[in-house]
Amino acid sequence: MIECRNLKKIYTNGDVETAALGGVSFRVEKGEFVSIIGPSGSGKSTLMHILGALDVPTSGQYFLDGKEVSQLNDDELSELRRERIGFVFQAFNLLPRTTVLRNVTLPLLYSKTSLKEREKKARQCLRYVGMEESKFYNMSNQLSGGQMQRVAIARSLINDPAIILADEPTGNLDTKTSQIVMKAFQELNHKGHTIILITHEPDIAKYAQRIISIRDGRIESDRRSS
Amino acid sequence: MIIRDIFQETFYSLSANKIRSGLTILGIVIGIASVIAMVAIGQGAQASISSKIQAIGSNLIMVRPGAQKSGGVSGGAGSAQTLTLEDVAAIKSEVKNIKAVAPEVSRRYQITAKSANTNTQITGTVPDYQAVRSVSMDLGSFITEYQAKASAKVAVLGSASRDELFGTNANPIGEKIRINNIDFDVIGVTKSKGGSGFNNPDEAIYVPLSSAQSYLIGNKYVSSISVAASSQEMMTAVQNQITDLLLKRHNITDASSADFSLMNQTDIIETASSVTGTLTILLASIAGISLLVGGIGIMNMMLTTVTERTREIGLRKAVGIKKIYINMQFLAEAVALTFLGGVLGILIGWAASLLVSKFSTLTTQISPNSIFLAVGVSAAVGIVFGFYPARRAANLSPMEALRYE
Ligand SMILES: Nc1ncnc2c1ncn2[C@@H]1O[C@H](COP(=O)(O)OP(=O)(O)OP(=O)(O)O)[C@@H](O)[C@H]1O
Ligand SMILES: [Mg+2]
Repeated sequence: MIECRNLKKIYTNGDVETAALGGVSFRVEKGEFVSIIGPSGSGKSTLMHILGALDVPTSGQYFLDGKEVSQLNDDELSELRRERIGFVFQAFNLLPRTTVLRNVTLPLLYSKTSLKEREKKARQCLRYVGMEESKFYNMSNQLSGGQMQRVAIARSLINDPAIILADEPTGNLDTKTSQIVMKAFQELNHKGHTIILITHEPDIAKYAQRIISIRDGRIESDRRSS
Repeated sequence: MIIRDIFQETFYSLSANKIRSGLTILGIVIGIASVIAMVAIGQGAQASISSKIQAIGSNLIMVRPGAQKSGGVSGGAGSAQTLTLEDVAAIKSEVKNIKAVAPEVSRRYQITAKSANTNTQITGTVPDYQAVRSVSMDLGSFITEYQAKASAKVAVLGSASRDELFGTNANPIGEKIRINNIDFDVIGVTKSKGGSGFNNPDEAIYVPLSSAQSYLIGNKYVSSISVAASSQEMMTAVQNQITDLLLKRHNITDASSADFSLMNQTDIIETASSVTGTLTILLASIAGISLLVGGIGIMNMMLTTVTERTREIGLRKAVGIKKIYINMQFLAEAVALTFLGGVLGILIGWAASLLVSKFSTLTTQISPNSIFLAVGVSAAVGIVFGFYPARRAANLSPMEALRYE
């Protein structure tokens, strides 16, 4: 369902060119649970943004559900992101001065879902990732890092997406909360969702059936988890 | 659902960023309110001056004795004795497109009534004067044809003279006043024209021309002739005919050495309007500067938040919101801000004009044009600077927008 062919990404800032991805190819089938590991700056987030249809590769092809993503227009891309993909940003990217519930329901804006239904879903997702009920009406900028992270994860789940892409979703969480979140991902995976997550921690990577290791913008290894 | 969501998002976004919204609205309010108030004051001044001049009579041409001086005030005008009743008769019979002609003589006299006295202008004139100068009567009647022919000793009082001589709002009809030691019967009182200063018509006292000439002044010359043209369009033609006629009658070949001068009301209004026009321009420029300052305030506000807003747009796109909804929301925000600011600005500008009317002698006039202009400019600035950056951001890919510095 996900296929990359020789993805390259070069960032250009004035005269400075940074090659973040140097030709990445792989396939992920429906229902897989994949971890991506690699040192800082190796290009994991860059790859993830391309997989999430948030950024375009400099060259190479990316197919999602058999369609080449670079061929889609802006509205089709928006629809794809909304209907198919749940994305958890490394930097959370919550709307400031906006309540937790409103942040989580953001992807449902302008949809046919009723307000009541939106809030119900948001509460479910927040509980699912172990968010304290008392924080639901807090402003997002008044949360701890771990709380923000859980809001960001809850937001990625709200549309019940087939593919969940999470960029270090447990980076700010303690062991116990990490476990809650990882159990949630595992459960979603058992229900048939495809999950790709980036992590630094071998313990987290172990939840996945497959581990792709990246170094300097290239795949170093791609193996089944033991 | 979509419309409601846009309204909700707009409301939420504006109220979540109160300072940003408040300052933007303030910028719009300052611009609009000052333009409306300043223009209202300027136009009020202009209108009150031209209405005072208009009150003298409409389509009026005044012929006065004395040298023609171009543009300026002629020092000798009115003092020379060159116009006669024969000139008046000739104008009446030979000049076309005139409604009425009224010669007059005037001089100041000491007037006494039963218990008061005053010093004011006595105007000797004919019944047509009433039509030419739009005199309307409060009490009694104006000089009649019969009284004019018979050199009757009758007088019509201006409302201010009546107040002076007989007491405010008194009815002096049938009473006598003494002008130059000759008794005159009061037959009427004119309605106030609200003039002020020198030659205020409310302070005048009118007597028949023939009576003034024989009992008071003692000569056959007239001190001015008022001619009412039949319409505004005929003014120039009538003026030219009068000039030609009088030059011929006075045997003058060179128009520049004429022994009389013509002035029309339009000239007076134009002179006065050019003064008040300058005032309006001055006030309008102050208002324009306020509008500019307000506009820059709005611009500044919108541009300083562009980074944050671009990232917000990036995020909205990242979670799959379509460009059109993002555009609609940001447009709605800009429209809501300019609308709120516009309404507040109009109300405040309006209130300020009313206050000026209330606490000064000026009657301010709200001009719809100034409202359209002010609201138009602020709305344009608000919408362009609110919407344009948003539109640009919505065209970026989500990551480009999220990384925006
Ligand atoms: N917008 C950008 N402009 C220029 N260079 C960039 C940009 N974003 C990332 N890079 C560079 O691309 C490379 C890969 O970055 P990326 O964020 O993908 O790393 P990462 O593997 O996610 O690292 P980390 O584990 O620290 O999150 C880095 O060298 C980084 O400096
Ligand atoms: Mg990263």
